[in-house]
Amino acid sequence: MLLWRAVKIAFRGIGANKMRSFLTMLGIIIGVGAIISMLSIGEGAKKQVSQSIQRFGTNLLRVSPGSARVGHVHRGTVTTLTMEDGEAIRRGVSGINLVGSSVQNMAQVKYANKNTSTAINGTTPEYSELNNFPVETGRFIDGKDLKLIRKVAVLGTTVKEELFGGGIAVGKQIKVKGANFQVIGVLKSKGATSWRDPDNQVVIPLTTSQKRLFSQNHVENIYIQVESIDRIEEVKQSVEKLLRIRHRIQPGADADFSIRDYTEFISALKETGQTFTVLLGGVAAVSLLVGGIGVMNIMLVSVTERTREIGVRMAVGARRRDIMLQFLIEALVITVTGGIIGIILGASMAYGIAEFGNWETVITPFSILLAFFFSIFVGMLFGIYPARKASLLDPIVALRYE
Amino acid sequence: MSLIRVREVSKVYSMGDVEVAALKGISLDVLNGEFTAIMGSSGSGKSTLMNIIGCLDRPTSGSYLLDDDDVAGMNEVELASIRNRKIGFVFQTFNLLSRYTARENVELPLIYAGFRNASERALKALKEVGLAHRATHKPTQLSGGERQRVAIARALVCAPPVILADEPTGNLDTKTGDEIMALFEALNERGTTIIIVTHEHEIAQWCRRVIQIRDGAILSDKLKGEA
Repeated sequence: MLLWRAVKIAFRGIGANKMRSFLTMLGIIIGVGAIISMLSIGEGAKKQVSQSIQRFGTNLLRVSPGSARVGHVHRGTVTTLTMEDGEAIRRGVSGINLVGSSVQNMAQVKYANKNTSTAINGTTPEYSELNNFPVETGRFIDGKDLKLIRKVAVLGTTVKEELFGGGIAVGKQIKVKGANFQVIGVLKSKGATSWRDPDNQVVIPLTTSQKRLFSQNHVENIYIQVESIDRIEEVKQSVEKLLRIRHRIQPGADADFSIRDYTEFISALKETGQTFTVLLGGVAAVSLLVGGIGVMNIMLVSVTERTREIGVRMAVGARRRDIMLQFLIEALVITVTGGIIGIILGASMAYGIAEFGNWETVITPFSILLAFFFSIFVGMLFGIYPARKASLLDPIVALRYE
Repeated sequence: MSLIRVREVSKVYSMGDVEVAALKGISLDVLNGEFTAIMGSSGSGKSTLMNIIGCLDRPTSGSYLLDDDDVAGMNEVELASIRNRKIGFVFQTFNLLSRYTARENVELPLIYAGFRNASERALKALKEVGLAHRATHKPTQLSGGERQRVAIARALVCAPPVILADEPTGNLDTKTGDEIMALFEALNERGTTIIIVTHEHEIAQWCRRVIQIRDGAILSDKLKGEA
């Protein structure tokens, strides 16, 4: 028997009992729709994760003082990390794009009759690029500022608002810890993250901070931008080796610094996203499975109702496999039609969630294919038993069935 | 030449521990072109015999040759093919598919036979039984006699050598029953072998040969005109 004929016969069978077929299909529609929309939420979360990774810069290393060991000393007390270490890394380690150092202290900042307490970030010119922090107006500190230990400042937008309101800041004199500083630029706003406001800071040259304000020689962070992600491990090891020599640390002894990269953090984030997707997809898959059981239920009823028809078909020459094929295709037509409607429904739901729920959703071709083939699989799985049952009927008994 | 050659055929049904012999070693020949009635009361074994002749069932023992093919040894697929090409069934309750039109019902055997011009052939068969004008009607829109005609068209559409009819007039009034029998007679005159299972003498009157069955054995086998 030709396949398209079997499909035609199947459509007839479904059309004969429209309400029932629709309700059966609804189980599949909801199941597939749930898979599509749930996966789109999971994929959306994954996309947001990878976007924030992009913002972080995945090829960044951070050297900070103190051992990374849990329960170890306070970081603030270790003062062995210096700007010279940064310079040595820049010169002595290959595979590096940029190196920058920074140290932060809290201090009072004053302009006219306004004052505020903020973080004074003494750093090097690379800071802007390394931390993706460009200026809005004016300029960032440069090498010359550092060399001449100039008293210049770049304001974060929060500080700028506090001191100047809507007025112009660039070119004005402010007092930092009592000393006069000239404002040379204002940073572009980053917006507050959950626990910290990066706009609430004043950036000054590292040398100025160390020599004129706080009389320190150490830095708190050395940022290293590695050429490419695959060289991170190599660069990390070279930096470690170099710093151990510079700090005269015996082999086997704990270092007085730690080097962190973001790969662990990123893989944890990615894993979370993956778990999220699998979990949502799994829940949705269960609902599709329930839909499949509904299909089996209806197919069994249909086989019983049409026992006589099966007997007639057998009497006029249908082989067992023709009967089996007929009922299997009927189950498949229900699930595939339901699957297609479900995909459309799920896609609209994903769109609706993105539009009104303010939640990013991404529909991938993979999730559509997955849902589609899963619905075919469900049709096969739950269609085969009723179809087999139909095909094994004894034609004599079937013909007499009332 | 015998179209149907049944030799020492027995059929035993086992119901739990009890074995019931429905047929007890029946031997029977039906020649090409015969118009035969098989008569018997219910429980006589006539239905079992018809199921075996119709290849819906296989004998417990004995041999059955249909058109020189040994049916007893065939598997399910071969039996389905024999039913499709060599036998046309007509039932007491018509057994038409209610969702299909008359023409589509007639097409059914052609679909399983794999014919391409099924629709054309089905119309031709409907014309033969005088129902070409009812081709697009569904069974519920047809009278009993018309339904049985559609069933007969379905039985003859693959041009089988033999048509088996099980109480074909059982659900019809006398006048319509006679019309159906006349149709069978006309088909027989054109060469189709026809076997009718019935318990009505009036129906058996139409046939040239009448076989009486009782308790799973042949009681009598007479040609018309014999005493």
